[in-house]
Amino acid sequence: MRSLGVGLLLLVALAGWCAASEEFDFPPPQFSQGYEYPHVSKPSPRPDWLVYVDIGVLAAALGLAAWLALGRRHRRGLALLAVFSVLYFGFFRHGCICSVGAIQNVALAAFGSDYALPMVAGAFFLLPLLFALLFGRVFCAGVCPLGAAQEIVLLRPLRVPRWLENGLGVAPYVYLGAAVLFAGTGSAFIICDYDPFILFYRLAGSRGMLVLGLVVLLTATVIGRPYCRYLCPYGVLLRWLAPFARWRVRITPQDCISCHLCAKACPYGAIRAPTPEPGAVPRHVGRGRLAALLALIPVFVVLGGWLANVGSPILARAHPSVRLANRLWLEEQGRVEAKTEATEAFEQHERPTVEAYRTAAAIHARFRVGAWAFGGWLGLVLGIRLVGQAIRRHRSEYDADPAACVACGRCYAACPVQPTRENALGLPGASERS
Amino acid sequence: MPDKPERLTRREFLPQAVRGIGLLATGGALGALATRRSAGELVWQIDPRKCVACEHCATDCVLSPSAVKVMHEYRVCGYCNRCFAYFVDQPTDDTTAAENQRCPTNAIRRSFVEDPYHQYAIDEPKCIGCGICVKGCKEFGNGSLILQIRHDRCVNCNQCAIATACPAQAVSRVRADQPYILRRSG
Ligand code: SF4
Ligand code: SF4
Ligand code: SF4
Ligand code: SF4
Repeated sequence: MRSLGVGLLLLVALAGWCAASEEFDFPPPQFSQGYEYPHVSKPSPRPDWLVYVDIGVLAAALGLAAWLALGRRHRRGLALLAVFSVLYFGFFRHGCICSVGAIQNVALAAFGSDYALPMVAGAFFLLPLLFALLFGRVFCAGVCPLGAAQEIVLLRPLRVPRWLENGLGVAPYVYLGAAVLFAGTGSAFIICDYDPFILFYRLAGSRGMLVLGLVVLLTATVIGRPYCRYLCPYGVLLRWLAPFARWRVRITPQDCISCHLCAKACPYGAIRAPTPEPGAVPRHVGRGRLAALLALIPVFVVLGGWLANVGSPILARAHPSVRLANRLWLEEQGRVEAKTEATEAFEQHERPTVEAYRTAAAIHARFRVGAWAFGGWLGLVLGIRLVGQAIRRHRSEYDADPAACVACGRCYAACPVQPTRENALGLPGASERS
Repeated sequence: MPDKPERLTRREFLPQAVRGIGLLATGGALGALATRRSAGELVWQIDPRKCVACEHCATDCVLSPSAVKVMHEYRVCGYCNRCFAYFVDQPTDDTTAAENQRCPTNAIRRSFVEDPYHQYAIDEPKCIGCGICVKGCKEFGNGSLILQIRHDRCVNCNQCAIATACPAQAVSRVRADQPYILRRSG
């Protein structure tokens, strides 16, 4: 047994040696005089320890945002923090890595085979979520470089009608699902590919990205944070966690006089009006409708999953290996004449096409599973949103919807009943002290 | 937590439980990240064995000029008199006149070493990473010229735009402590 192992090893070594000596068409020369090989510079990447600086700055900025938004209730401070974030996380760090994009790194590490999540991506993904559980969406207030850019350019906010807001509000859930699907299957990082601000932060990029960036930026001057409200996939996660926050934005914890001024001040439509007295719909009718909707959720989930599964060959084309295999197949069948760059490159490597098909088949298998999850997710979101709209919670005063409020601090100044700081923070024992 | 114990209603308990679980989960995950041994940072690099020198490196990097430049592995080079990377296919004569050179930016310097060997050195600031020379060397020579992402220039995008565009899927994440992929180490 042992001698067989040694023999095998020798064989492998021999094969390696042959390959190495046959590698070059022109054997590298043996110079007669003392020839010195020139130095080839191989500059190192940014040193590893600097990521701890980035993580530290992120944590400090989050802490500062929480203190400014909830403790000091300081709108101008938050605006300055937004400028800092645009400068540091944006221009200085070239917009990478950001928490929004880190979703994809996490998905790739969770579902991809051999990707180990780097420290910095994990920390950028988790820290804002941790803060959201404590203080609400203070990350959005002035730390996120994407949100901060939109915050700064907002000039004259227009009101978006409720039905439109609700309709467009579905997009981030779709975007999140798609981003996880494509990153998890190792196909693409769509959040990065279509990041509308990265081009400004790098001061370089393609023409298509410039158009996208300008459109979003111009829209953001009249519609508050369009990316945050109608696209941002990370906002979905924050939206879920913020309602459970320990401390959060309270416009006026006592004596709301229903003057409606705060709702006018909020450019993001995050302030909920008091509900009219119940009685419009008889109670049992509402219950019946709710039960029907709840029963529909599983139907939506299965239907969505099935539909996406049917469409999985199309989804799988997001992966370059699948595109390559599809094209190779068409070329082999003689259904297309011209070769693409990818099939030409494949040809140069002189590998059998079966190999490409096998790779593609494996990826497609993962897509079939992923598509079920993706479609099921879309069905679930649709169902929950319908249920959410059917539920009517009674509210007697104006308050900030913790899911939608980005803690920008504009409403504080608008409220004529100036609350004390302690009350605003909702700290325990505050009412006794004031 | 409030110091006077109060009876929790269901409506108060649920959010607290969710928050508690959430804090434990995110905190735990952060701790696990920080105490993990392996898995350093990652950077992007081109595998010269896969690269087909297609010119996307010059045009698709978010930076312009690109973060990719050519690197010469001298120990692999044949020091050919008639270098396939340096000269065009049908040079008008044997001189190093610009029209005889493949490189569009005159970034390769040819110098005599000893008969019949010539050294080809890269003037890095001039190189735009188009890979025209790489293609010549790869197809007919030893493949000693390789395209590499230079880490003094690359801003390490979370998704490298070249990796997205590369038709040979030659760009991938590598460990930051081994940031270059050469044909031969050393
Ligand atoms: S919603 Fe998204 S883009 Fe907007 S500030 Fe929050 S994390 Fe950033
Ligand atoms: S894009 Fe890919 S194949 Fe083309 S030159 Fe760059 S690494 Fe090589
Ligand atoms: S031909 Fe292109 S890749 Fe080669 S040295 Fe010139 S600029 Fe650089
Ligand atoms: S990571 Fe970005 S900067 Fe670096 S080579 Fe790729 S596209 Fe260029």
